[in-house]
Amino acid sequence: MTNHWVDLKNSDAILIMGGNPAENHPVAFKWINQAMEERDAKLIVVDPRFNRSAAKADLYAPLRSGTDITFLGGMINYALQNKLFNEAYVKAFTNALTLINPDYKGPADLDGVFSGFNKDTKAYDAASWQYQTEKLTVKVKQKDASGNEVEVEKEVSVPKQAASIDEPNTVFSLLKQHYARYTPEMVERVCGTPKDQFLQVAQMFCASGAPDKSGTILYAMGQTQHTVGTQNVRAMAILQLLLGNVGVPGGGVNALRGESNVQGSTDMALLFQDLPGYLGLPTNKQTDFKTYAAKFDTTSFWSNGPRFATSLLKAWWGSAATKENDYAFNYLPKSSGNYSWIPLFEALYKGTIKGMFVMGQNPYVSGPNARFERKGFENLDWMVVMELFDTETTSFWRAPGVDPKSVKTEVFLLPAADAMEKAGSITTSGRLIQWRNKVGAPPGEAKEDIWILDRLIKTIKAAYKDSSAAKDRPILDLVWDYGDTVDAGLVAREINGYALDAVKDAAGNVLVAKGAVIPGFATIAGAANFDAIACGCWIYSGYYAPADDGTGVVMPAAKRRGQKDPGGMGTFPFWGWAWPANRHIVYNRASARPDGTPWDEKKKLIWWDPNADSGAKDAQGNPILGKWVGYDVPDFAPTKKPDAKANPAGVGLAAQSGTDPFLMKADGKGWLFAPKGLNEGPLPEHYEPLESPIANPFSKTQVNPVVKVFSTDAGKDVGDSVGTPDKFPIVCTTFRLTEHFQAGAMTRYLPWLSETQPGMFVEISQELATEKGIKNGDAIEVASARGKIKAVAMVTARWKPYTVDGKKVHHVGMPWHYSWVGVATGDSANDLTPHVGDGNSMIPEYKAFLVDVKKA
Amino acid sequence: MSQITLLVDASKCTACRGCQIACKQWWDLSATKTTQTGTYENPRDLESNTWSRITFHEYESGGKFQWLFLQSSCLHCTNAACVDVCPTGALKQNATGFVSFERDLCNGCAYCAEACPFGIPRMETINALTGEAKASKCNMCQDRVTNGMTPACVKTCPPGALQFGERTAMITKAKERVETLKARGYPEARVYGENELGGLRRMYVLTAPASAYGLPDSPQYPVLASAWQNVIQPFGYVATALAVVGLALNWVATRRSRLNHVESLAAPAPEAPAEKEEV
Amino acid sequence: MDVSRRDFLKMSGVTAGSLLLPTGTAAAATTANFPLHKRVGEAASLCPYCSVGCGVIVATDAQGHILNTEGDPDNIHNRGTLDPKPLAIPQLANDAKRLKTVLYRAPNSDKWEEKSWDWAVGEIAKRVKTTRDATFKEKEGDVTVNRTEAIAWLGGAANNNEDCYLATKFSRALGIAYLEHQARI
Repeated sequence: MTNHWVDLKNSDAILIMGGNPAENHPVAFKWINQAMEERDAKLIVVDPRFNRSAAKADLYAPLRSGTDITFLGGMINYALQNKLFNEAYVKAFTNALTLINPDYKGPADLDGVFSGFNKDTKAYDAASWQYQTEKLTVKVKQKDASGNEVEVEKEVSVPKQAASIDEPNTVFSLLKQHYARYTPEMVERVCGTPKDQFLQVAQMFCASGAPDKSGTILYAMGQTQHTVGTQNVRAMAILQLLLGNVGVPGGGVNALRGESNVQGSTDMALLFQDLPGYLGLPTNKQTDFKTYAAKFDTTSFWSNGPRFATSLLKAWWGSAATKENDYAFNYLPKSSGNYSWIPLFEALYKGTIKGMFVMGQNPYVSGPNARFERKGFENLDWMVVMELFDTETTSFWRAPGVDPKSVKTEVFLLPAADAMEKAGSITTSGRLIQWRNKVGAPPGEAKEDIWILDRLIKTIKAAYKDSSAAKDRPILDLVWDYGDTVDAGLVAREINGYALDAVKDAAGNVLVAKGAVIPGFATIAGAANFDAIACGCWIYSGYYAPADDGTGVVMPAAKRRGQKDPGGMGTFPFWGWAWPANRHIVYNRASARPDGTPWDEKKKLIWWDPNADSGAKDAQGNPILGKWVGYDVPDFAPTKKPDAKANPAGVGLAAQSGTDPFLMKADGKGWLFAPKGLNEGPLPEHYEPLESPIANPFSKTQVNPVVKVFSTDAGKDVGDSVGTPDKFPIVCTTFRLTEHFQAGAMTRYLPWLSETQPGMFVEISQELATEKGIKNGDAIEVASARGKIKAVAMVTARWKPYTVDGKKVHHVGMPWHYSWVGVATGDSANDLTPHVGDGNSMIPEYKAFLVDVKKA
Repeated sequence: MSQITLLVDASKCTACRGCQIACKQWWDLSATKTTQTGTYENPRDLESNTWSRITFHEYESGGKFQWLFLQSSCLHCTNAACVDVCPTGALKQNATGFVSFERDLCNGCAYCAEACPFGIPRMETINALTGEAKASKCNMCQDRVTNGMTPACVKTCPPGALQFGERTAMITKAKERVETLKARGYPEARVYGENELGGLRRMYVLTAPASAYGLPDSPQYPVLASAWQNVIQPFGYVATALAVVGLALNWVATRRSRLNHVESLAAPAPEAPAEKEEV
Repeated sequence: MDVSRRDFLKMSGVTAGSLLLPTGTAAAATTANFPLHKRVGEAASLCPYCSVGCGVIVATDAQGHILNTEGDPDNIHNRGTLDPKPLAIPQLANDAKRLKTVLYRAPNSDKWEEKSWDWAVGEIAKRVKTTRDATFKEKEGDVTVNRTEAIAWLGGAANNNEDCYLATKFSRALGIAYLEHQARI
């Protein structure tokens, strides 16, 4: 989330699209209801299914699963055509005025693809999407050969800006051209949303573009689990930037994350391509630290990336990480490809993966094309699982239809403590870290996960103790010292960062004494000897540092329970600790107008106070006045004036101006048009899901052109098969229920929860039921190209047939929690889902695929 | 002591069923082994181990489709027929207005189940041999509310659909909410329970007619219940005394068959009755 | 008494609105105080399910068994409220099927065997070393890549930050390339 849970109360328009907080984040409705009651906020739900969130909405609009870009593109077009965007915000804070390479061509010109597409490699050359630049000659100070400071002229290249947003080749003009095709008629044709309903949604939500209003978009896997998932999110971001809704209270692009610590587990980089704090795992192209460090922007806050990476390497390999050996950079594994979920299971299926650790996850149920993925488990030599219960994953070798005698895999099932039975921190969707104390005792010999990891690595280290091989140094040199019984607080200290030696500034003043925790990542960015700091995750730096809880009591920041809420905006700065740097709304510089005054008195969060003491003194010793003040920690250089000019030759934030709120971007702007970072183009374009009932009405490019479609054993009983609408004419999506959790390990055993949702069902419309002779409660069979499942028919007026491209299309939906273990059991929805991922993130397309249904 | 009311604002309920499980947890009620029969509504009815549940209803009127959710439980009538017919004092009207229930005092006569205009109390045979039975129903978390706490369901309700407080304040709140809802596109919004049966202590704000939620449009006090209490009930005391000393086995047998009858009447048969079993 | 009570009450329905008024209410009114039949906890914890970060107040017995969970009124996210999942934590914590000992399933076996932690940790370390050493790719051309593509790690988004951090550190030190978890799916 750019914003946070309590902040929902500050919203005037809440658009839930691709999420379902009433069912999956029920407490969200505490704050949504408060906004509706106290601010007369409007609640809009756009979803294929009339769900429990829709039941509470002022406005519900159906859309066919997988067509969000068309709907959001329609809203972008509506905001542009009706001039509902926040012009001052767009001009100052986004890249609207930036000029793009005149060679750029869009999908309207190139039948669905952008310029630079290579059909053979299914990849783009992004050269034609780049900013135009202009050369400036600036004077910079540098040291000459004898060490004296001299001023020299330097030529620098900066993005070229237009005088007006409507000039040709500006980002704004290109955006307008691109989305002119996304008319209300096209929305109706592609999404199946009646035009009048779409227009009501557009009108109601775009009203939040007024400077004194704010609107939020809440989404979850309904947006991300598509072949165009990343571009779905981009489309939301573009709309929110246009409406001036990013960085403001009650605004934002807010991912409602699904698990209690999926934000934290992502921050800690349990993902193939990453290292903690989003530093990125090196690739085989980054042959040494220097080439790795070069990937970080030099004109954004990422200019500190190499320092943060150094502190991570120091945390992992301590004294073995020296300046001379690139801080043990080569100890890190380097990736030579994509090792994400789907390729992982392709490798498992082919037998190249021999051993697997599973910590609190039930992939047997949760992976796409699950019949295919499960088969792969049988190829493992060994599997180690840390779990609360015996799950479908741990018992895959005795699943229905599997003969244990034919499965060679050794399984080690390690009993783990549950959340109540261990100490540690978790991070909310709003990036707020809270400490959880141990309050219960684990049953029997069950152990905390960190105890298990501690024992394992110590035993593995012992197994390698006699090795002198270079390949074993990463294990032997690994710093691993958290006490005999492994103390979560000591792990937290390392994540937060601490001084291996006295940390000093350039003048030699000690900033942090040896052994002490560092107060925040600014210390790493500012220290002269930053390699004296071990910091496991720079964005968490400060979470375990001593902090006041607002009453004068000092404790590790994440443990605070202070109730003060300055300004009544729901920030609660003394409750826990939000990364980064206890900032609750990121990019919050944009909560003030370009001149630094609040957009509206009722929506003020931070603002420029020209009379506040900055804390610095001028040459005469007089205090320098002026700083950002307010109710949240500014996500901005604290004393940079609103009218401060960028220093084109500067490094890091010095290269950005007083109106550059997006400080992680090289130009400090919100990107309406993304010149880099995305595989399938600078602007979201509609493509159909891999399995779709219609031909793409926008172009002949049917499916996201950069996605990889897997085809292992396609056409076989178990394989990466793809269905066609002649055999599977019905669109299907998957969803979750309040009463169960994810793959079910933490709920399907529990009698109370199982009682409320006892088994698998499929929601179908009355019209489809009539066509197929199905009655409510009938057992039915749902089939896709990957498999067949049995389920109970739930015939409901909450689903209606769609009219898509002039054709009647039925749409059904089903929960994916179930499988064969526990009290509440049923067939798995993921037996049917396809093995294809998003063009950028490789998140599987769970939400749109084709099926057929019949009475069982 | 001031009069209390539990206000169920159905327009805010998201059917998360926190209330349903909070009740089970606080009162240590077992789960029923249910099956999926084509509905979100499970268990399919109130049971001796389910005192509160969410019901789901699809409703369309004036071109507007609504998926209605309702916390279905004891309404705690001010004119509580169950209290009037209870021969043992197990059911009492608390001075604050709710209907308390003391299980130890219950003799299982099932009069309450028959008298209730909403069909709320459930009978549970706790000894198959003797036919000893007990009634059960929501007691407004009598221990919590008489100790200054809110009922478990109210405390847990995430969207704030359940509120608990002084009755006149709740009535004011409910009426204001109805006006708000009317202005927000719910012309059929209404309060249910302000005057019904002397005032329901579980009072509702609804966005559709009561019948759309499965509630009787105008619940009636079973008038002769008071006559029953005053004239016939004394025989009940005699019968209870006989049962207690074990001298009326024949009577017990008759009563057991009647209890079964009451159970089937009190529980409108679901399409596929849930298999009741401890899990 | 041949007339059944139900029939008797049914008649009352027919005569609804009769002059007979209920008389029991006032007589039965009581101010009886009911002692709390269960302890409400004091230990503050956090819900392990979705990502809102709700506070949970937990009551435990002397052995650490969880008896009751309610919303933490001080937690800024939920202010005392909770959805049904954290309310069922007493069942999560105390379920008879919670794993209590290390279980091992041998190749081609059809059953679990109970094992000690020492045995399991030792055996796992051996498997890790064998697989890693047999599959480790130190170089790719001239580039040091230090990885194994034969060991995978999955999980876990329900774990604490400190668990996850150590899992990442552990995995990357071994050279694991296939490191994934719930956030991808």
